[in-house]
Amino acid sequence: MSTLATDASERLRQIIARAEALYDDLDFKVVKEWKEQGKNRKAIGFLPIYVPREVIHAAGALPVGIMGGADRIEIVRGDSYFQSYICHFPRSVIELAVSGRLDACDGFLFPSICDVVRNLSGMFKMLFEGKWTHYLDLPQNFDNRLGGRFYKNEMRTIAREVGKLTGVEVTDKRLRDSITVFNENRTALRRLVHARRDRPWEIPTIDYYLLLRAAYLLPVEEHTAMVNEYVELSAQAGRPRMDNIRVAVRGAFCEQPPLGLLRTLERAGCYVVDDDFVLGSRFIEQDVDHHGDPWDALADGFMNRSLPTASKYDQRGTKHADFVQRVRDFKADGVIFMAPSFCDPALLDQPMLVKALENAGIPNTSFKYSEDTGQFQVIREQAGTFADALKLWGKA
Amino acid sequence: MNVCVGIDLGSTTTKAIVLDEKGRIVGRGITNSRSNYDVAAQVAKEEAFTNVRFSMLSRALDEANVLGKDLPQFEIALRRAFDLEGYLGQLDRLELHCREDLAQGRYGDLTLALSGALSTIIQRLRKDAPKLFAPGQKARSDFFRDIAGAGFIEAASELARAGGPPFDRIVGLFDRSIIPVENEQEQRTFTQRLLAACKRAAQLLNGDSLQVSKIVARVADTPLNPVRLVGTGYGRARLPFPKDQIRSEILCHGLGAHLMFPKTATVLDIGGQDTKAIQVDPIGVVTSFQMNDRCAAGCGRYLGYIADEMNLGLHELGPLAMESKHRVKINSTCTVFAGAEFRDRLSAGEAREDILAGLHRAIILRAMALLARSGGVKDEFTFTGGVAKNQAAVNALRELVKENYGEVTLNIAPDSIFTGALGAATFALRDIEAGAPSSGDQRLAAAGAIRDSHNHQHQGGCNGDHCGS
Amino acid sequence: MKGATAEKDASMQKQKEMIASHFTELARVKDTGKKVVYTFVPGNLTELINHFGMLPVLPEINALQSGMRGKSAEYISIAEKAGHSEDVCTYVKTDIGMLKAGNIGPTGEPLPKPDLLLLSYTGCFTFLKWFELLREEYDCPVIMLHVPYQGEGEITPEMRSYVADQIREVVIPQFEKVSGVKYNEERMREQMRLSVRAEDDLVWVLNSARAKPSPIDSWFGGVYYIGPMFTSFRGTQDAVDYYTMLREEVQERMDAKLGPVTPDGQAKEEKYRLVVEGPPNWTSFREFWRMFADEGAVIVASSYTKVGGLYDRGFRHNPDDPIGSMADYCMGCYTNLNFPQRTEMLERYINEFQADGFLINSVKSCNSFSAGQLLILRELEKRTGRPGGFIESDLVDPRYFSAANIKNRLESYFQMIEAKRKGAKS
Repeated sequence: MSTLATDASERLRQIIARAEALYDDLDFKVVKEWKEQGKNRKAIGFLPIYVPREVIHAAGALPVGIMGGADRIEIVRGDSYFQSYICHFPRSVIELAVSGRLDACDGFLFPSICDVVRNLSGMFKMLFEGKWTHYLDLPQNFDNRLGGRFYKNEMRTIAREVGKLTGVEVTDKRLRDSITVFNENRTALRRLVHARRDRPWEIPTIDYYLLLRAAYLLPVEEHTAMVNEYVELSAQAGRPRMDNIRVAVRGAFCEQPPLGLLRTLERAGCYVVDDDFVLGSRFIEQDVDHHGDPWDALADGFMNRSLPTASKYDQRGTKHADFVQRVRDFKADGVIFMAPSFCDPALLDQPMLVKALENAGIPNTSFKYSEDTGQFQVIREQAGTFADALKLWGKA
Repeated sequence: MNVCVGIDLGSTTTKAIVLDEKGRIVGRGITNSRSNYDVAAQVAKEEAFTNVRFSMLSRALDEANVLGKDLPQFEIALRRAFDLEGYLGQLDRLELHCREDLAQGRYGDLTLALSGALSTIIQRLRKDAPKLFAPGQKARSDFFRDIAGAGFIEAASELARAGGPPFDRIVGLFDRSIIPVENEQEQRTFTQRLLAACKRAAQLLNGDSLQVSKIVARVADTPLNPVRLVGTGYGRARLPFPKDQIRSEILCHGLGAHLMFPKTATVLDIGGQDTKAIQVDPIGVVTSFQMNDRCAAGCGRYLGYIADEMNLGLHELGPLAMESKHRVKINSTCTVFAGAEFRDRLSAGEAREDILAGLHRAIILRAMALLARSGGVKDEFTFTGGVAKNQAAVNALRELVKENYGEVTLNIAPDSIFTGALGAATFALRDIEAGAPSSGDQRLAAAGAIRDSHNHQHQGGCNGDHCGS
Repeated sequence: MKGATAEKDASMQKQKEMIASHFTELARVKDTGKKVVYTFVPGNLTELINHFGMLPVLPEINALQSGMRGKSAEYISIAEKAGHSEDVCTYVKTDIGMLKAGNIGPTGEPLPKPDLLLLSYTGCFTFLKWFELLREEYDCPVIMLHVPYQGEGEITPEMRSYVADQIREVVIPQFEKVSGVKYNEERMREQMRLSVRAEDDLVWVLNSARAKPSPIDSWFGGVYYIGPMFTSFRGTQDAVDYYTMLREEVQERMDAKLGPVTPDGQAKEEKYRLVVEGPPNWTSFREFWRMFADEGAVIVASSYTKVGGLYDRGFRHNPDDPIGSMADYCMGCYTNLNFPQRTEMLERYINEFQADGFLINSVKSCNSFSAGQLLILRELEKRTGRPGGFIESDLVDPRYFSAANIKNRLESYFQMIEAKRKGAKS
């Protein structure tokens, strides 16, 4: 290996070590440190999938993604609030909250995604009286005059409420600036996503995932730099190309898969070239207009240009075609549906997407996981068999 | 003597407690729940009554002072002789049922040979019996099925080897007859049996055996009048009692725990099939409770599966877990996946004791969720049920309670298996004090119908999918 | 007793006839040319559908009836074989299974296909997926009426205008297009006047449970009482007549100090007054009811009977503002309330109806109801000091109804109330 490659590998390792440390930082120390670095700094925790982080940023606060506790925390109190047929995610969120790990957050945003997270917003109101907790009802009517107007009002409410905490008024100018900063982040993430699409062997799934997760803890500018550096160096590291199949993954947009599961997929012979992990970090893939009315621009981004996902109503009725097109654009050989157990949106969506794939002759397989799944034997075999089958027949 | 009886029909064992009119425990009995709840209740109750009479007898003999320092020795001998008499009676009935079976004509040419083998075996069992019940001899089991079964099989295999009828045909006789034997009552009265036992025990005596026999006869004849009987437990709906004599196990458990430890505020019971978290007020009335949901994850049964998987006895799990130095984090206590999870961990190179330590903690974590749902852990905290005997589980509980609720007194009674029955008996007593009619146990005696086998709760729809358990 | 049963039959009979004639009409659409709208109960726009001469079909009601008729297990299994997860809502799976089995309705005749799917999704995200799934089966337009959640515990003017505008600009024009009928606000006012009359009487009936003994069971019985109001009949003379009749019957029972009528006839002595949160189970509905009736437990108030509107907390359709009040109606349904609101409502029921305790029936299918109910339980115990019970079942999946398990818990719960009473006396 050349010196260049060795240096690059070493630096990549450092970047990922940093990203993994962030992933493991369930006490949100990085957020506390950020708050201590300036006067009256505030952090706003938000749940999956999507919130307009630009608005929080423009109000001078740090948007912090609350993505559960994975297999990293022991659930002591969280289970006492949920029956066994509710997914795992709210258990670990409650656990994080009641154990004081979320104390660094000065407020919480619960975007509409499903009934469980919706109810969780009210539970937070009851459990943490006095903390600002807001349910963000994302529009399901995608007409600019109807849903658009409603959504802009929602965003203004958030701007006002967060602004009260920080003492910053969200002017159009500030919001446009935030959009610009987030557009830079979008550009970086597009590069990352495209690099993986084109050269998945250069960016292991786990690295890719940890970089996405870092978006939810780091100030956006810092994250953009991190991603850009990683993508640049990744081409120099000289990682070997394996005889893996290319898969698209769907279903993991809210409760996140444990890292072990992502490693398992790759070891079983699957390059994940398209996915919905940490979907909110790149929900609007293309840049948002930063010249005109910034509220209009953000509303337009969400309503007309965000990615499709199970909890967003498919107004145009094109989800089948769009999905097949996406899979083809990303040159995936097949699709793995991996949804969290008891995830209503993902699991109800799945039969429709499966049908679309079958009509298009695209192979697929499915399994369920939970954020704290500790056994991967079955998944390893299933993904491995899927990969082998595709290698033997699928690529013909 | 007037007494109140509480019977707790559990899924594996049936317990009875007898209280005198002052609420003192004067007798307790336990038996396997077998396939017939009526008989199980009857047997447990009989055993408790036997218990009562033996303690009455002790007092009477002590007061009469006829035996002096030999009293304890005699008591033991008498008790063993009494058990021996019961055993011999059951052997008689076993032979009877086997002979009836032989008479059905289903054994054809083998009938004669089997009949001979049976005589030999029963004779041998009779001969060996006194040794089995000799004072100081540790019983193999409390249950006839186990004790006689072991001897029967041993003798059958010897006979078969020596050219007798095939082993499985001989043992088949036992298998066909044991259930009717278990489901029948002792033919002799208590007095008859006790006097026969007294005769045996008296042979060992130096003292005034006539005087002793008189006292024994007097005590044996003292009427024991069960004025009220209350049933509880998993199988309580199967008890032939009127509704007002049936109490939920939650209430009985709460009250029982309160009686054992009067400062109890929170009770945790982890049994084979379910886990209960109960809050009680200062007089033992339940104020809130939670049970595990439809899935049996985290119950005692889970440890059973693990023990099976490891080829260990249930009681060996705790000590092994306590040897752990690096506890493994286990997230699922799903009974369906218990074996798979365990194997997966082992193949991943984890040590058995570390996995076990993780499993114990996982079970207790499930219990902690139920406790929190029911209102938390308050001082004092009483832990009951089969899992309370497991020191690793107790340690995990102690640790988690301390982390989450601070210093709390943790009570564990050695005889916590009787908690529910004690509560039931106390309800019976309180009913009487509150003016309920004496109801006796005629209904129990009258109910002869053989009832269905265990009415296991249907854990509907569970295929061990990845749930939050 | 005989009188009570006969009187009960009168309103019961009336309701049966109304339902029967509705299904007859559905069966005759080929001849009559009437248009069919599939929609949901919470936040339903019944007056509007009737206004355009269209006929509603309610998939949730079909699913619950399939459950009561013992068909749901089969339907669910058909849906699961077709790729639906065991984890998800069994209403959806029952409906999908029924569809795949020929869409035979409760009368034995196939239900007509929809000319329109009105996805007025109130308080339940699953509705959204449900109609996306149905859309795959039918070639008809779908209207999405987005009803915002009362996340902050209130209906803001912006929320109200969002919904009203959607009704005005999306729903009504689409209805006009499909039905060929023009919207007429005057006629709508007339309909709403009828709605209000029936609503007043329903509220009276629900509030009759404040009496001791309560003349009604507000959960098991309540699901019948809300039937006409929550389904296809609000705003019709039939509904007005039904509720007048029902009110008179309840009044008579009240005057005679009689308790509710149960599956086994006149209720025994009222021993426990309970408030219930959550839907009932439909596959073992009568067996479940008996577990309460046998113990003398009467449900005096329930949240389930508010999924189709919070009339008893003051809401009325408004003839002076039909569209605005439709918007308020949609947003005001129980499952669209946030957690603090739900808890507060239950707390008020416990106090106002002098309940001995409250019970949560946590159903596996419905996360909208169930997620977080354990916090409600804890909070209500704290606020009211009255004992809370917790049981688990499902709407229409018989695999999740364990009679032994539920009975065990209920018995323990009732005995706990009893023991507490005795304890309080001594």
